[in-house]
Amino acid sequence: MGFISQVINGLGLGSIYALVALGYSMVYGIVQLINFAHGDIIMVGAYAMFLLLTLAGAPLWAAVLGSILFCVVAGVFIERVAYRRLINMKAPRISLLITAIGVSIFLQNLSQLLFTSSGRTIPSMFDLGTLEAGSLQVPSGSIINILTSVAMMVGLSFLVNKTKIGKAMRATSEDADAARLMGINTNHSIAFTFGLGSGLAAVGAVLYCNTYPMITPYMGGLLGLKAFVAAVLGGIGSIPGAMLGGYVLGVAESLTKGYISSSFTDAVVFGILILVLLVRPAGLLGRNVSEKV
Amino acid sequence: MGAMLSVQDLVVNYGSIRAIKGISFEVNQGEIVTLIGANGAGKTTTLHAISGLVKTKSGSVSFCDHDLLSTEPHKILGLGMAHVPEGRRVFSRMTVMENLQMGAYIRNDASGISEDYDMVFERLPRLKERRKQAAGTLSGGEQQMLAIGRALMGRPKMLLLDEPSMGLSPLLVGEIFKIISDVNESGVTVLLVEQNAKKALEIADRAYVLETGKIVMSGDTLELADNEEVRKAYLGG
Repeated sequence: MGFISQVINGLGLGSIYALVALGYSMVYGIVQLINFAHGDIIMVGAYAMFLLLTLAGAPLWAAVLGSILFCVVAGVFIERVAYRRLINMKAPRISLLITAIGVSIFLQNLSQLLFTSSGRTIPSMFDLGTLEAGSLQVPSGSIINILTSVAMMVGLSFLVNKTKIGKAMRATSEDADAARLMGINTNHSIAFTFGLGSGLAAVGAVLYCNTYPMITPYMGGLLGLKAFVAAVLGGIGSIPGAMLGGYVLGVAESLTKGYISSSFTDAVVFGILILVLLVRPAGLLGRNVSEKV
Repeated sequence: MGAMLSVQDLVVNYGSIRAIKGISFEVNQGEIVTLIGANGAGKTTTLHAISGLVKTKSGSVSFCDHDLLSTEPHKILGLGMAHVPEGRRVFSRMTVMENLQMGAYIRNDASGISEDYDMVFERLPRLKERRKQAAGTLSGGEQQMLAIGRALMGRPKMLLLDEPSMGLSPLLVGEIFKIISDVNESGVTVLLVEQNAKKALEIADRAYVLETGKIVMSGDTLELADNEEVRKAYLGG
């Protein structure tokens, strides 16, 4: 397979990381929480797809929409039940982090209880075979992933920069008390951010299931961790950074698979993380902010 | 009708430290009232308590007959009280224009909002030149103007100003105080917290002197400015 196909496949995989990384980054931006339960939202989305397609026999479009909607609700619900009280009492970050790990363990075990730990297979979704242009061959899935992620990014930029709720989100993430003085209900901004991040993760889940139709209760673990690496790589808190980090990671993984060995991919991914943390701890597009005292 | 803002026996604790030890004061419609005192006297804490940003231990705060202590912070602007916090607290990564939009966040009257942009730009022409710039790139004085402009976008009946002169050159301090007087003359009641007692006494109608969480003196600004103790402690003799 040629170099260009490798890169395109890498971008396709990176699109999934990017969509999930956005949720990590936005949530961190607004409440300084590394939401370790975010990866498990991918699993929630994947099982929602599975149930809707197989048990409910829903058409594909309805399953996709239903799964995204379910994740949005789940994200908002988790924020309300697990995090809000801690956020409002200005609890130390470590308490939030531990709570997030707890939510992650809860979701994985709940899913194991409901669906057993053996994997399930999602029926095939959008399969347009392999696309060819001259000597270039790429699976259609990669192209779908790239186009979807770019469309999501454009939509998200518009939402965050131009709409009232998007601006309220940015104001809250910069200075929550000042935002309150402007009459912004910061609880709503935060809930909105969780819902938005979870919805984007669900889109990632749909794309993931399209490429890798095998789902398990623990699928969110490594996938979430890699998306987190992508968010840190790009500069956590930065939306374009999360996208860039996702793509870089995907391409690095794909090239490693193609030219070195597929068993090295994780080593390369986490190697990149270590390198970035050493050389540019704020990430590729991150801001260097000094801690307020 | 009684005072516009009435604070009675307010007590605020920070952990085991009693920051505000039962203070009472009033602000009547149309006035500029200033709360002066040294660093750490509890001025900012008092304003934060009024705006609901810190929890109070006891006492009452009523604004236009609403009990503020049982009002969520984000609903207070809707009652007509805007708070310009200490250190400006503009949204530095957002543009000047976006900051003003945030000030009008609770309003839905598009035409009224656009009139008020013009009003703010007329009052604070420097902001107009810089409206597409990120607020973080403005100078201290411009940020203070933006913070005031942002508060005015909520069309408040009353403005709480926390140390607007902090860190500004004497020339800019004069300019900011002129703006405050103008805003007051346009019908907005002002509660001004200041360390710069001299300037604050010049523009205010009445003043309260706060020392370590207690009000130790109060009265008309002319009388206070003549008072021996005030002169010694706050006006440099």
